[in-house]
Amino acid sequence: MDKTLQNTAATRRKFLTAAARLLGVFAILPKVTMRRAAATPDSMAAAIRAVVGEAPVGQGKVKLDLPPLVENGNAVPVTVSVETPMTEAEYVKSIYIFNEKNPQPNVATFYLGPCAGRAQVSTRIRLADSQKVVAIAQLSNNSFWSDSADVMVTLAACLEDLR
Amino acid sequence: MAPVRVNVPRKARRGEVIEIKTLASHPMETGYRRDNVGNPIPRNIICQFRCTYNGVEVFRADFFPAVAANPFLSFFTVADESGTVEFQWIDDHGNIQAASASIEIE
Repeated sequence: MDKTLQNTAATRRKFLTAAARLLGVFAILPKVTMRRAAATPDSMAAAIRAVVGEAPVGQGKVKLDLPPLVENGNAVPVTVSVETPMTEAEYVKSIYIFNEKNPQPNVATFYLGPCAGRAQVSTRIRLADSQKVVAIAQLSNNSFWSDSADVMVTLAACLEDLR
Repeated sequence: MAPVRVNVPRKARRGEVIEIKTLASHPMETGYRRDNVGNPIPRNIICQFRCTYNGVEVFRADFFPAVAANPFLSFFTVADESGTVEFQWIDDHGNIQAASASIEIE
């Protein structure tokens, strides 16, 4: 009789230690799965500076089309078009897309030439949060033009873990 | 490698501005996610896309992790002569997916 009592005590002790250890593991886990810091409006400004340098960026000419409210940030349709004749004399060299709050400020860069005929590009992007998206176009005379759009995102992309 | 899809008009008038649409199938893994045991999943994205028309580059794109999985692209070019339009998607490991389409000028 005594022996059985002792045995149950021992198993209970074992169980409690094991449970405590398990709890300890869970306490550590959140640190392991901590997320990386996102890009900030400052880092977007820095990324834009890296592209345009000291040149002034004008408003207009560029049109950035984004839905104002997005349900799924994993695939957001975006269209950038630039008003320009697209001739040898005047054409769009490149189009840049930037964002404020994804882990990286750059989204995509497109290089066009006079043979594009129309300066318009569409793609699908990821957005990690409700944020501002900026499109900048560089024309053949090396002037920069930009447009921006604010997007509300219901389901964020980029940072979700596989669980 | 999974297939890629391109949409180029089969016929066009000389000088017509045509729309080209492409869709590559690729996970575009950002490198910011973790798997179910907490290990980071390495980045694997298509970092560059190129389109040449009769050997002349008409469009190029650099992608960052913020481009959605299975990247879709639509852009324009002027159809000036019959020939082939070739596409290349280059990923982080240097793997190249390629496709081509022919176009006829009426």
